[in-house]
Formats: sequence, structure tokens, C-alpha cells
Amino acid sequence: MYALLVLVPFFSLLALNLPFRELNRRLAFGFAAILFLLQMGLVFIPDVYFWRVHLSFFANIFHFQLAADILSKVVLFCIGLVSLTALCVSRSLIKESEERFNFINIILLAVAGMNGVALAQDIFSLYVFLEITAVSSFILIAFEKDILGLESSFKYIVLSAVATVLMIAGIAILMFIAGSTNFSVIHSALLSQNRNLLLSLSIGLFLSALFIKAGLMPFHGWLPDAYTAAPAPVSIFLAGIVTKVAGVYCLIRIILSVIGFNDQLKGILLLVGAFSAIFGALSALTQSDFKRMLSYSSISQIGYIILGLGSGTALGVAGATLHIFNHAVFKSLLFVNSAAVESQTGSRDIDKMNGLAKQMPWTSLTSILGSLSCAGIPPLAGFWSKLVIIIALWLAGYKIYAVIAVLGSLLTLAYFLALQRKLFFAQPNDEFKNIKEAGFGLIFPAFFLAALIVGAGILSPWILSNFILGFNSLVGG
Amino acid sequence: MLLELLILILLVSAGLWTVMTRSLLRSAMGLALASAILTIVMFRMNANIAGVFELSVCAGLIPVLFISVISLTQPMTFKEASDHMKERLHRFWGLPLIVVVLGVTLALVSFKYKVTPAAIQEGKPDVRFILWHLKQFDLLGQIIILFTGVFGVAILFKERNKRG
Repeated sequence: MYALLVLVPFFSLLALNLPFRELNRRLAFGFAAILFLLQMGLVFIPDVYFWRVHLSFFANIFHFQLAADILSKVVLFCIGLVSLTALCVSRSLIKESEERFNFINIILLAVAGMNGVALAQDIFSLYVFLEITAVSSFILIAFEKDILGLESSFKYIVLSAVATVLMIAGIAILMFIAGSTNFSVIHSALLSQNRNLLLSLSIGLFLSALFIKAGLMPFHGWLPDAYTAAPAPVSIFLAGIVTKVAGVYCLIRIILSVIGFNDQLKGILLLVGAFSAIFGALSALTQSDFKRMLSYSSISQIGYIILGLGSGTALGVAGATLHIFNHAVFKSLLFVNSAAVESQTGSRDIDKMNGLAKQMPWTSLTSILGSLSCAGIPPLAGFWSKLVIIIALWLAGYKIYAVIAVLGSLLTLAYFLALQRKLFFAQPNDEFKNIKEAGFGLIFPAFFLAALIVGAGILSPWILSNFILGFNSLVGG
Repeated sequence: MLLELLILILLVSAGLWTVMTRSLLRSAMGLALASAILTIVMFRMNANIAGVFELSVCAGLIPVLFISVISLTQPMTFKEASDHMKERLHRFWGLPLIVVVLGVTLALVSFKYKVTPAAIQEGKPDVRFILWHLKQFDLLGQIIILFTGVFGVAILFKERNKRG
């Protein structure tokens, strides 16, 4: 029963806030960690009892209409993985137990929302669960209540409100035309109607809203501030999964299940994707704040995912989905590294810090793996997804966009090489001579994610063959 | 048609006033006014239940809550308010233009394409039926949204009290 993935986090939160709060506070971390681990494990085991549980009481009240295909399963796995990483990092960086407990509560709510988004088969349900994710994100960004966090949260609220208005207007027109909010009913209605301006308007409104949520250029205004101002575990959570689910996954889902591909749509996706991939990378090149650089890098990598989607083929969508997974892993790792550097040096200014490799060897090593995977260097995981996207673009006849994707990769390599040279390998700075390696709470998740990058890279041929088989039926190609 | 246009202009004006006014108290009153005008739109579109909710909750309860909280805060000085206003005008000068352009575009589209809803064409249940009887799952989502909002406010305000 897929609804359990929404019900369990929500009711866990209620249970954690019932009497025996002091005891619950001590158990919360372990409980949430087990929950996220179970989500990662169960997603790819279809035959366990968990999926056959039928809660007739809830089913009669709420009439669940949820389903999961390969795309949803990849996203559900990423939700579990990134939430677990953020949770581990919070143990080291959020010192007060009350604040850590609050953080775990909000993460559980956000996970319930994102799981709902990943499983929804209805455009209005999708919107409702997106709002849960958005509201949780507002709270998380403002979590430390400093002026930058509050300002960034406010900026995100304003832009998110614009996205909500656009989305609601799009849903209203689609519901008006189709008489239902179900994906398949709207899809059939769209097929039976001649494409007219009203339809194009509703699709345009919906896509614009998702472009804002995904932080694609030129709709990215909120993203660098939010990622930079948020506390480290929140940055990991936002960059690793929230933006992917709220923007990118929804975009892929709506296109595959509702709108379908056409030449105009592919043109828009390719243009926005290429623009984000290149200008995100160029903006990252000019940053001196570690987290801000990673934020612009995220915009660039989301551009890549949209380029893969824009190819309009099963291969391209498979590449895009694989890149969602890879980006969740390597960007979470790089944000863990930035948290480690910040916690030990008290700064994120790349220009100020030099030669940290000697003092922080494990952070340096894992950060090299994350950077190289992001830049698409073989045989790491990022290489394979980028390769699939570039091949898909080339085979679909979008050769200029394939060249732009290669150029974007070179730019990514350039800004990460500059980062590595300055931060870890330049002449050591006296000011930071006596610093030590970060603690186990930051090194363990970094190692785990780095191992995933190497492991997924080695296993990529197997993963790819399974992915592409799964996506042929989804795209119909 | 003229009446609808007039109501919409009033609604947009009340919304803009709510956002642009320098006093928080007036802003809360502007919100109540905008909700009251929206209620008229809802009643005229035969959405009586939504109209009653809008009038009682959005035009009544929420502004009362806002006004009671605002009355506990310290207002800005005249200079602060005037600087804030200038900055806001500088930032949002294009906002009314966007509203007008969007409004005209949507109006033209609706004149050009007279689409009858598929639900009415095929004798299917109308939108209200769909929302209230076929979409119970969304209720769970809406409960979680409310819970998230309340939880967030509790977390943020609790910390404020501790620090204050």
C-alpha cells in the first residue's frame, strides 16, 4: 500500500509529539533514520508484506489513488537517501536537542509531502503535496531565525506564491476542459481536443510554475539565497532532493503522464535547459562562497536534467532520471563537505582558505570524488548520466544542444578544479594551520555518499540497461 | 459584464492597497476588504459554500487575528515608513502594469475561446462534486499542510519567546 509512505511519516510525527516527549526526543533520531533506511530498501523490493497491507479504515475515508513506476521509485529512493544524510549531519551541527527534535519533525513532514508528490496520480493531489513540501521548506530555511535565513525564506515564499497562482490557474483550466483532475483523464481529453490557445495557456502556466520550483534560469532568483542562508543540514536537504521533487520530478511526471511531448514543448525545454546549464556554470565560476558556488552548480545540473528531458526520447528521460539520482548523491556530498569545512574553519570564503587537504584529508578526498562526478569524469556515476543525456540529444537530432551539454561539462570541471586548487591544494594559509578534520558525524555520510558515487559508476552498465527498459514503456518509444 | 469588470477592478485595487500600504493595520484591513469583494464574486458565480467560507474565515476571522497580533507590535516611525514606502514603490513600480497586461490577455483569450467544460458537455459531475466527493485523498494532504503551518509557527515563535 503506497499510501503508507505518506501515512507513516505523518503519524510518526504525531506519535513523537504525544506524551513522553522527553523519551520521544531521545528516540526521534533513531526512529527517523530507520524510517528513511526502510524507505530506501522497500522501494525496490515489490514483494514484501509492507506493500500488501490494506488499511481499510483509512482507505474508506481517503480513497487513495496512488501508484509508483520506475521514475517514482528512483525519486522515493533519493528522498530516503538525502533525508538520511541531512539527519546524520544534523546530529553534528544542530547542537541543542530541542532544535534537533524540531528539525526531525519538519523533515518528517517534508518527506510525507514529497512521497505524496512522487506517488500522486492526480494533478490536484500533486499540487496539495507540493504545498506541504513548500511550507516545510519555508520553515527549514528560516530554521536558525537569523536575518539572512528569514529574508531567503521570505523570498522563497513570495516566488512560491507566484508559482502557486500559476499552477492553480493551470489546474483550473485543465479541470475545466477535462472535467477531472486525474492524470489519465486529462491526458485523454488533451488528445481528443485540438490544441488551442486556452490549452497552451494552461500548459504554459503550469510549466512556468514548475520552472520556478525547479529554480531554472531565469526563474532562479530564490535558489542561491535559500541554499546559502539555510543551515547546513537544510542546504543538503533542499539541494539534494526538495528542488528535484518539487520542480524537476513534477515536470517530468506532468510531461510523461499528462501533456506528452511535442516539438514546441521540446524546444522550450531544450532552450531553458541549455540556458540554465551554461549560465548556472558561468555564475558558479565567479563565486567565492563555497555554498553559493554549489547553489549555482545545482542550477546548471538541473539544466542538464531538463536537456535530457527535452530530447523527448526514452533514452533522454532515462538519462535525466539517472542524473536526478546522481545529482542527489554528489550534491549532497559536496554540501556535506562544505558543512565540514565551515564547521572547522568558521568560514565558507574560498578565497580566504588555502591548502586544507593536509588538515582535512578525508573531506578533501570525498570532495574530489563529488566534484569529478559532477563534472562527468569517468568512471564515476555522473559521467554515465551525462553521457546518456548527450547521446540522447545527438540521436534525437539536437546536435547543437549536445555540444552545449559538453561545453557545460567543461565549465563544471573548470569551476570545480578552481575550487579544489584554492581550497585544498594551494599553499597552506597560516590562519588555518591548526584546524583538524571534521568529526565522524560529517565524515561518515561523506564516505557513504562517495562510496555510492564510485559504486553506481562501476554498476552503471547494469543500472542503465534496467533503466532504459523501464523507460521505454513510460515514454512509449 | 460591466458589474463583473467593476468588481474585478475593485478586487485588484484592494489587493494592491493591501500590499503597498505602509501601515500593517491598514494592510490587514485591505486584506479583509479584498476577501469581502472576492466573496461577492463567489456568490455571483454561484459558489455559495465557498463564499460563506471566504466571508467568515478570510474576511472575518483571519483579519481579526492579524489585527490583534499587529496591535501588540511597535509601529514604524514616520521616517522608517516613508523610506520603506519609497523602496517598495521603486521595487514594484511594474506590478500594476503586469496585472493589467495579464488581465487583458486572459479576458481576450476567454472571449476568443468559448469552451464549455467537458463535465457539462458530457453530463459528468460538476467541479464541486469532484472536489468534495471524489477527492478525499487531498483532504489528508490539506490536513498535513495545516499541521505543518501550525507546527512551523509554533517552532519559530517558541524560539523567539525564549530569546526575547
